[in-house]
Amino acid sequence: MSDWNGGTDGRFPSTRLSVIVAARSEDTGVRQQALDRIAAVYWKPVYKYIRLHWLKSKEDAQDLTQEFFARVIEKDFLAGYDPERARLRTFLRTCVDALVANEARAARRLKRGGGAAVLPLDFQLAEHELSPLAQSASGNPDELFEREWVRSLFSLAVEELQRACEKRGKLSHFRLFERYDLEDSEERRLSYRDLALEFGLEVTDVTNYLAYVRREFRRIALDLLREMTANEEEFRREARALFGVEAE
Amino acid sequence: MKWLSNEVLQRLRAAAARPDVSGTRYRLLEGLGRGGMGVVWLAEDSQLGRRVALKVLDLTEESSELEARLLREARILAQLEHPGIVPVHDVGILSDGRVFYAMKYVQGRRLDQYLTKIPGLFDRLRIFHRICEAVAFAHARGVLHRDLKPENIMVGAFGEALVMDWGVAKVLREIDAGGTRAEDEDAVSPDAPGVAARTGHGAVLGTPGYMAPEQARGGANQLDERADIYALGAILWFLITGSAPSESLTADIRRDAASRPAGLARGRNGIPRPLAAICAKALARDPAERYRRTEDLMADVARYLDGQPVTAYPENLLVRIRRLYLKHRTAVLLILTYLIVRVVLIFFHRQ
Repeated sequence: MSDWNGGTDGRFPSTRLSVIVAARSEDTGVRQQALDRIAAVYWKPVYKYIRLHWLKSKEDAQDLTQEFFARVIEKDFLAGYDPERARLRTFLRTCVDALVANEARAARRLKRGGGAAVLPLDFQLAEHELSPLAQSASGNPDELFEREWVRSLFSLAVEELQRACEKRGKLSHFRLFERYDLEDSEERRLSYRDLALEFGLEVTDVTNYLAYVRREFRRIALDLLREMTANEEEFRREARALFGVEAE
Repeated sequence: MKWLSNEVLQRLRAAAARPDVSGTRYRLLEGLGRGGMGVVWLAEDSQLGRRVALKVLDLTEESSELEARLLREARILAQLEHPGIVPVHDVGILSDGRVFYAMKYVQGRRLDQYLTKIPGLFDRLRIFHRICEAVAFAHARGVLHRDLKPENIMVGAFGEALVMDWGVAKVLREIDAGGTRAEDEDAVSPDAPGVAARTGHGAVLGTPGYMAPEQARGGANQLDERADIYALGAILWFLITGSAPSESLTADIRRDAASRPAGLARGRNGIPRPLAAICAKALARDPAERYRRTEDLMADVARYLDGQPVTAYPENLLVRIRRLYLKHRTAVLLILTYLIVRVVLIFFHRQ
């Protein structure tokens, strides 16, 4: 159980297994990897959801998050999940709701030591990310959870992208992407011409490098998405929701 | 792990959604519309300096099922060279693995949005005639459209009609050597909003309101040209009334046509009876009672436009006299005036 805060470390090859399928494997190792993977993608959305939607204190939210993933990992948690009836995301959120709603019972369990930190989660980082969210938090729990899930998925994809670029000797491509597409502030975003000057490239190289990295980002994000969905139909639906563009 | 703001998330979503046209002759301009399989983009063909529409799959399909279907749609279109069918210019795979095809960019309005701009019944029937010509051509080449509806028809600036979105087309028989192949082949998956379902053989494909009953029952393998003729009947009804025929309305149209009260030129809803009868025949529940060929439907509409009797509406004597009177009103009035004057002159002469 390493690199809980987002690393993928090639634990899953490029042809990715659905974690939902893998979590039901007879092979303990495969099952454990799948559950770890679910936790890696979902722990931040769960924590932030408990903080923002249920308005729990930091300490309570940390305990509840640990308790939740302890259940996911230790029990046959996904046995009750039917991909035909709901998305994994919706199922997990409903389970979080049930856990928080039964907080009194959970609290007793926590006292018995059930809420001991089973995962090395960086709550401080998650807490730091909460402040900009608190202002724009939607009242709709579905939207909140989905947006945080997308953020988590994309963050993992960006990390994986960086590693892939490093491995292929294309770190400057990634740096361009970071400078242009990952720049928070519109004012600090440079034009292609300025980027070309800064990186000592031609403008056409900037265009081509960015196209390459975006293509890779898309591929990695879709791979991750495929991993987090139960079947092809769900994958397509989710991919369309994630990347679908409507007519302008 | 880098924190991604909402703005960055939005940017990444848009960047990843946008087809990667690097390495192609196209430059994306804007999204035009979306369907079940992907998005149609307006693009510029830098080599020929013209605008084209690019239909791009949403995803790289590892199963290649949708890819095969999109390519099949492109191949079908490539075989259907007709002024009423949008031509395909190019087909290929983008750098990001998505399949696309380039087609003519049609500057016009969808029929459902354009209807109010077509003032008279005559003009509407002329447009219907053009739609029928394109469909008849496809049928002659062994292709069923299976999702004909006003949303899939573009009307150009000069009143030209183009039948679009052959995404659920079905190839009934081989077009020609080297052309679209297998017989009785379900072509491509639905690519239009409102399509009922999408699977292979035996699937329900089409849009409620414009879908033949046998198509709605899922008998894709039993479909023939008459399924499209049903949809054409519904489009004709839409052109006349401005709304799609609902199930209950369709039953009313059939009943009204069947009762056929003599001497009335217009039915209950103010529609000329011969036209209502043409709609009723095209919308018959039993395919055997419909027009056998699109050309037959076109011919009946042409006869109506020429003031001739239509096959769907056998006339009694009164109706025939009335029609002839309406068609030759000026001549009849001149003859009658002449006869009256003559009688009056004879009368006064005898006096």
